[in-house]
Order: sequence, then C-alpha cells, then structure tokens
Amino acid sequence: MGTLTEEIFSRRLGRDVHAGEIVVAPVDYAMAHDVTGPLAIEAFRHLEVPLWDPERVILVFDHILPANTVASAGLHKLVRDFATEYGVTHVFQEGICHQLMVEKGFIRPGGIVVGADSHSTTYGALGCFAAGFGSTDIAVTFATGRTWFRVPETIRINLRGALPPGIFPKDLALQVIRRLGAEGANYLAVEWGGEAVEAMSVDERLTLANLTVDFGGKAGLCEPDEQTRIYLGDAEVADLHPVAPEYRSVVEVDAQTLEPQIACPPAIDNVQDLSTVEGTQLDEVFVGSCANGRIEDLAIVAGYFEGRQVHPRTRTIVVPASKQIYMEALARGYIQTFMEAGALVMNAGCGPCLGRQHGVLGPGERALSTSNRNYAGRMGSPQAEIYLANPAVAAVSALAGAITDPRGFN
Amino acid sequence: MARIFKFGDGISTDAIIPGRYNVTTDATALGKACFIEARPDFAASVQPGDVIVGGRNFGCGSSREHAPMAIKAAGIQAVVARSFARIFYRNAINIGLPVIQCDAIYDAIEDGDPVSIDIHSGGIAVNGKMFQGETPGPVAVAIMEAGTLIDLIKTRGWAAIEEVS
Repeated sequence: MGTLTEEIFSRRLGRDVHAGEIVVAPVDYAMAHDVTGPLAIEAFRHLEVPLWDPERVILVFDHILPANTVASAGLHKLVRDFATEYGVTHVFQEGICHQLMVEKGFIRPGGIVVGADSHSTTYGALGCFAAGFGSTDIAVTFATGRTWFRVPETIRINLRGALPPGIFPKDLALQVIRRLGAEGANYLAVEWGGEAVEAMSVDERLTLANLTVDFGGKAGLCEPDEQTRIYLGDAEVADLHPVAPEYRSVVEVDAQTLEPQIACPPAIDNVQDLSTVEGTQLDEVFVGSCANGRIEDLAIVAGYFEGRQVHPRTRTIVVPASKQIYMEALARGYIQTFMEAGALVMNAGCGPCLGRQHGVLGPGERALSTSNRNYAGRMGSPQAEIYLANPAVAAVSALAGAITDPRGFN
Repeated sequence: MARIFKFGDGISTDAIIPGRYNVTTDATALGKACFIEARPDFAASVQPGDVIVGGRNFGCGSSREHAPMAIKAAGIQAVVARSFARIFYRNAINIGLPVIQCDAIYDAIEDGDPVSIDIHSGGIAVNGKMFQGETPGPVAVAIMEAGTLIDLIKTRGWAAIEEVS
C-alpha cells in the first residue's frame, strides 16, 4: 500500500512501511566516482572491516577523465589501488556514472540503489528508489551493504498532454522547478506521471528523474511499464504501482501550452520562457551531461547541425554520456555531422559541466548548456553566466551564436 | 568572541568549494579554499569558533562532502541556516560539523555580529536575544553524540540507529 516509494521499501523490508519512518535497509548497489570515491574509500578504511560485496560496489572515472593534473591522477590512483586490493570488478572509465549504472544493468524496478553523487536520482526513471549521498554514508554502505533512510513523503507530478514540437522533457522539468523552487521537493520523493510521461521513452524519463534533485528531491520515480520492459529487454519486470497513495501534494503541468524553458543564471529556479532571453549572445554551447547526453539528445542536435556550421563566436562542445552512446552516434553519422559543423567532440564523461576540465568558462563569458547546474562558478569563472536548456535550443543557439527558439528555425 | 559570517539564500556546494579546488582529500587544503571565489577573504578571516548564518537551501547542489569538510577545516564552529539541502545536512552531521536549522535568526543579525552557541541545546545568543534552533532528528542526535557516523557505526553498528528508528 502507498506511494511507489512506500511500496518499494515495504517489499524490501517485508512489512508495511510508511512515509516518516526511519529504516535501515539493504541496497542493491553503491556507486562512487573519481571525486567522491577517494573520500568514501578513506572513510571506509577507518572502519577497518572487509568490503561488503566487491560485486555490488561500482566505481566510475567520469568527472575528470582522463586525469588532467597530477592531483587528479593521484586521486584516480587511490581509487584504482582500492579496487585492486578489494577485488572490485565493476570499475568503469567509459562515460558518466549515472548513464553507466543504467546501461550496465545495475538498475531494476523496485530496487534500492545509493550513489555518492547527487544526480543518483536518475535511476528512478526505471522505477528504482535511488538517492544521492555523501562519501561517508557510501563508505558505511561499502562496509555493510545497508544505509538508513527516513522514508520520504511524495509529491506527485502529472505531466498532461502531448509534447508539442520543440518542447522536451527538459522543459517540463524546468517548468516544475520554476513552479516549486529550488528546494520545492527537499527531503521528498517525486513521482513523475501523467500521459506525457507514459508516452516518453526511458531516455526521456531519465532526464526527468535526473533533474529531480535540482529542486531538492531525494528520489524521482516513474512507474515501470511497457517502455521499461522494452528498455531492459525483460518481460519479467515486476509490477510496481502506487496503491491508494497519499501524496504530500499533486502538481499538474500542461505540456501543450509550454514554450521552451531556460534556467537563467545564477540559479536553477530562475526559469524564464525562451522569448524573454532570446538573442542573448553565447561564447560556448555544451551538449551533454547526465541530464541530456543520450543518443536521443544527440539525434536532435545532429538533425539541426546537418549541413550547417556553428557560429564562429560560439565554441560548441559535444560530449556523449557514454561509450555506448558515442559508438551509436558514430554508427549513425552524428559524430561526423558534429565535426563538420565545427563542434568539438570530447570523450564520454561529465565534460565541461563541473568546470574542472575541457571547456572551462572565462570571466565575463556566457554559455548555454544542456546540463543541470548553473550556479556561479560551476563551469569556470564565477563571473561567467550559464543558461540551461533543452538539446534543440542548444543546437539552434550554437548555429545562431545566440539563444534561439528551435520552433520555426530554418 | 565568535563572529557571524552571513550568507544569502541558495549557497551551493560549488560556492563553498568550487570543483577546481576539491581535487584532494586533504581537509586543510579544502579549508583554505573554502568560499575562495564567492567570498575570497573568508578563509583568511575566520577565527576558530566563528559561525556561518545562511539563508534558505544552504548547501544545495552536488553531494561533495568536501563542502562541509572545508567549512569545518576553516574553523567554523557551526552552520545555522533557515533551511538546508538534504545531502549537505546529512554530510555535515556525518563528519561532525554542527548544523542548526533556525528561521527566526536570519533577519535579526548582521554579518560580523558576535554570537554564542550551545551546540547541544541549539540555543543561539546574539545581540542580546536568544534564538532556539529546531530539534534534530533522532539519528542525527545519535551521530552527533558519537562524533561522526564512522565513530557511531564502528563502535555500535547499525543497532545504534535501529534502536532510535
């Protein structure tokens, strides 16, 4: 009985669990990456116990890949040495941790997964309860296979109608953030539902679940359905539905009346209709990230770039979210299209999103990104400005050198 | 006497410790880089025992535990805020940085005001007025009593949390 979250915890613990309860629950997997992993490993070593299960610990190099300084190379080595010492076999350097968690089959509907990264909410797109934690919490999970949760209440968000041309899941998420504010779901779970979500691919749902943490959500879940079964290639996906749920609140969003939404600097909830900022000149456009670096996103961008050139003012950087996506984009000719259009294509990983490697912004520069964070200093200089948008807006804005509406673009 | 460093709403972990400065596990290095871009004089001017008072959603953004580590290593005794982002709050408690949620204090204080805090009771005295922080949850209390989450789990295991849940 209850919300998706209550259903998942009740099944896992074998008793009725209700929002507000504090529980200690076993998890399926615990993930850490090259920035949060080193602190988790150091905290784990302080516990002086064996690793819980080397098969259930996932380590990913993605935030700084390949290492760009002696300091980052040292942290990578710390993680590699730990993996070798404890026999951790799931060690990846082929994309963003969140994309790999989904692609590599670690995420199942009804599961519970923890990650040492805030965007671990992404896995909720498959009906898994997944939340981000800091390194110390993950260290304790490395040691015990468990963590403690206060089972959260849930905000239900119903996305109504069909998405009109030029409007994407990113716009729906930004519209929700605009309405609820940057801490609108703090400590709460979010259920994404309604006709628009039912019509979405898993790739699109991953964008919604990803952005859930950017308005504070602890987890962002979609009901598993036929799309989930197709994506996982498994007809045996367990039925999981809210059963007589009691929601903290219910939010209705009409997809059909939206125009493209832009999160303007310096806050994720400073969201405007595109028309408000149309024509703003750009020094950089970044296509990628755990929000919008998947093959469907690259397909949208390639569609606009075909036979065109990006504006000379606007350096354009494309970073596929994973090797699998990169190779699919190669096979479909997208990479050639990006390069012929004048874009830089970087190796799969987090790319310029966090301002620590290729694509750093200088003082006074202005970027438009398909990622999920626009805090001052996020992508480089604190005097740089970051606008967040959907992949179609990113594509046409790169071509025009300024923020541009993809609807009617030719 | 301890002084207040006042910050606004939505202070992100990117502001507390930018991604270019957290490529280390060394707390001292993190402390020196705390607020290095958002408030460049911060690390040099904090005296041990000083207090941060923040607005809403303090510590939003990434899960980087480097953020509370940097604040603690800079010498800050406690962070008081109108509200905290979930992961930052949990991280701070886990590493032994006291965090106190208190809404009423924010508009009653200025940057630089002298302050005294009772971490255990959540009482904050400033400008001749007393403010009472919200009572933390039972797990947070258990961790604070042990010092850190690692100390709690190492000495008592999950039983320590199961018995307060």
